[in-house]
Amino acid sequence: MSDSSPQPVQLLSLDGERMPHGDFDPWVADLDGPALLALYRDMVVVRRIDTEATALQRQGELGLWPPLLGQEAAQVGSARAVRTDDFIFPSYRENAVAYCRGVALTDIVKVWRGNAQSGWDPYTVNMATPAIIIGAQTLHATGWAIGAQNDEVDSVAITYFGDGATSQGDVNEAMVFAASFQAPVVFFCQNNQWAISEPVRVQAHRNIADRAPGFGIPSLRIDGNDVLAVMAATRIALDRARTGGGPTFIEAVTYRMGPHTTADDPTRYRDPAELAEWKTRDPLLRLHRLLTLLGEITPEVAEATQALADAAAAELRAGCIGMPDPEPLSVFDHVYATPNATLERQRTDYAAYLTSFGSSDQSGEGR
Amino acid sequence: MTMTTMTNPATVSTVPGLTAPTPTALTETKTLTMSKAINEGLRQAMLEDPKVVLLGEDIGALGGVFRVTSDLLAQFGARRIIDTPLAESAIIGTAVGLAYRGYRPVCEIQFDGFIFPGFDQIVSQIAKFHYRTQGAVRMPITIRVPFGGGIGAAEHHSESPEAYFTHTSGLRVIAVSNPQDAYSLVRQAIASDDPVLYFEPKRRYHVKGEVVPELGPPMEQAVIVHPGTDVTLLAYGALVSTARDAALAAADEGVSIEVIDLRSLSPVDYAAVEASVQKTGHLVVTHEAAQSGGLGGEIIAAVTERCFNYLESAPLRVTGFDVPYPPAKLESYHLPDLDRILDGVDRVLGRR
Repeated sequence: MSDSSPQPVQLLSLDGERMPHGDFDPWVADLDGPALLALYRDMVVVRRIDTEATALQRQGELGLWPPLLGQEAAQVGSARAVRTDDFIFPSYRENAVAYCRGVALTDIVKVWRGNAQSGWDPYTVNMATPAIIIGAQTLHATGWAIGAQNDEVDSVAITYFGDGATSQGDVNEAMVFAASFQAPVVFFCQNNQWAISEPVRVQAHRNIADRAPGFGIPSLRIDGNDVLAVMAATRIALDRARTGGGPTFIEAVTYRMGPHTTADDPTRYRDPAELAEWKTRDPLLRLHRLLTLLGEITPEVAEATQALADAAAAELRAGCIGMPDPEPLSVFDHVYATPNATLERQRTDYAAYLTSFGSSDQSGEGR
Repeated sequence: MTMTTMTNPATVSTVPGLTAPTPTALTETKTLTMSKAINEGLRQAMLEDPKVVLLGEDIGALGGVFRVTSDLLAQFGARRIIDTPLAESAIIGTAVGLAYRGYRPVCEIQFDGFIFPGFDQIVSQIAKFHYRTQGAVRMPITIRVPFGGGIGAAEHHSESPEAYFTHTSGLRVIAVSNPQDAYSLVRQAIASDDPVLYFEPKRRYHVKGEVVPELGPPMEQAVIVHPGTDVTLLAYGALVSTARDAALAAADEGVSIEVIDLRSLSPVDYAAVEASVQKTGHLVVTHEAAQSGGLGGEIIAAVTERCFNYLESAPLRVTGFDVPYPPAKLESYHLPDLDRILDGVDRVLGRR
């Protein structure tokens, strides 16, 4: 791969030392010790949630789980930069973003347990539910942003997708539309190096960030395992969108340390040395080192953080296992917003069929 | 983190519901072409609801390749008449985002055969959002599609893709056949909280008819356009007028055909169809779209299940053949016409 663009922007060395950067530093100047500790706490909790969800899948409590292990900084750093009136259009791996947005833990796993096709009301947290068709959500974000622009508000849409998604037509069309209308949208690409078994070099002959300028969209290429660089870049992009500067493309260079989903087996296609190399760039490790240098990590703080994470995991587990199965007739609910005679007939027939076996409660009303 | 709880903005609309149409600025009966009737319907919808926006290729200064959106840009401006780059998936996909924000987008797909690049966003996103989010997110999106053949066009300009959409749960599909329905149903489609595929027969664009301001029956309802007692003939879109001609011709031979304009292809108004078949005992369905896996087969299966005992002969389809839409010099053989429809009627009646 020819690499014409500079190295990803880094504000935090692997040893946890702050690396000065003239353009980026002002955007994270407000992050004092407690603020950094809060980011670290988020990252510890989401890693713990992720581990617990993987365990729940292995134990048969979830049908599937897409781990985010290794992408905590990319997700937490960006999600914590977003304003509450901004709207997030994620893919299916942004469970740390959902956590930061205030989505209930049980609601995050509802879809993966198979109880519903999505877990929360997007309007309660201003975050769309996971999009599984790769890249489709980037168009939704662009349309939402065009709407915000028409409404003359300074809210911004941010959409998450991966390196694999950049090959999709929808992502490219979204960039065309975003540029044409100068829509207030941020394209946040987590380049985690792998689209299931396809390495990023299959998707991109040059760095992904290099594409956006061809659409007329400025891009930032950052170390996605550096929570400070992520937050600075996201703030830069959000501010540009908010002040009429149009879209920005961020390529957060990170690494999917786990499988694509729990159904995947990366040992079939991935060199273990690569994983070992990326483990040295672990996003939590790096921030932990900085906080240690700053004296923010005391034994008490470490213990409290772990307790918080364990409590979240316990809450997730209890909520997951305690989730009631949906009623049979609810299979017909919400297909349409308005009555539909053909579907109503099927519901009535199926209810009668179920009743013919002497079942008691087949109301299917509510959930 | 503190979040502001928002209600679904899509539920807030000033557009009247289907059951309570209110008078519009179209205050008197006018004679309009179908394309002008759609234009008038779009205009009224936009006047009544500031959340109605139009998206499509060439819909601004040009007024669309069929001029259906003529003069709307001048009246409503570029923020509501959105001339888009040339990408159907993005037209549909950005409409999803606009709907998310509480808009009621109306997308124009330039020609039937151009809808397929947007197919995924329609089938995987628009159709499923309400179900996916358990009713939280509504998709009040209207997708206008000029459809059908008979205009001597190049490939991809004469297709009838409606069955792909009637096979997709979560969508409503309608097809209009005359200026009044074109006006009334485009307004009902836009007012609907469900996504609607609105098929307009392009070879009927220039046919004139009277249009009254009242929106008439709900769009789900089929309409008997020619009453009869011997055979039920179902049609929609451009073939409604052919079917009516067939009924007039058959009457000369003493055969009474009841022509029903389905209008709604999903859901089908089976109550109306059943009532007619129970009366006539014979059924013919006609459409331009290919036969296999088409709407005619589905309707005949449903009618057979519902009123088998009333049928006096096997129902019959008069449709386009199972061929890709043929070149212009061959399309008259492919499209059902008066004679083929009458032949079908004769067959179900055992007259040949």
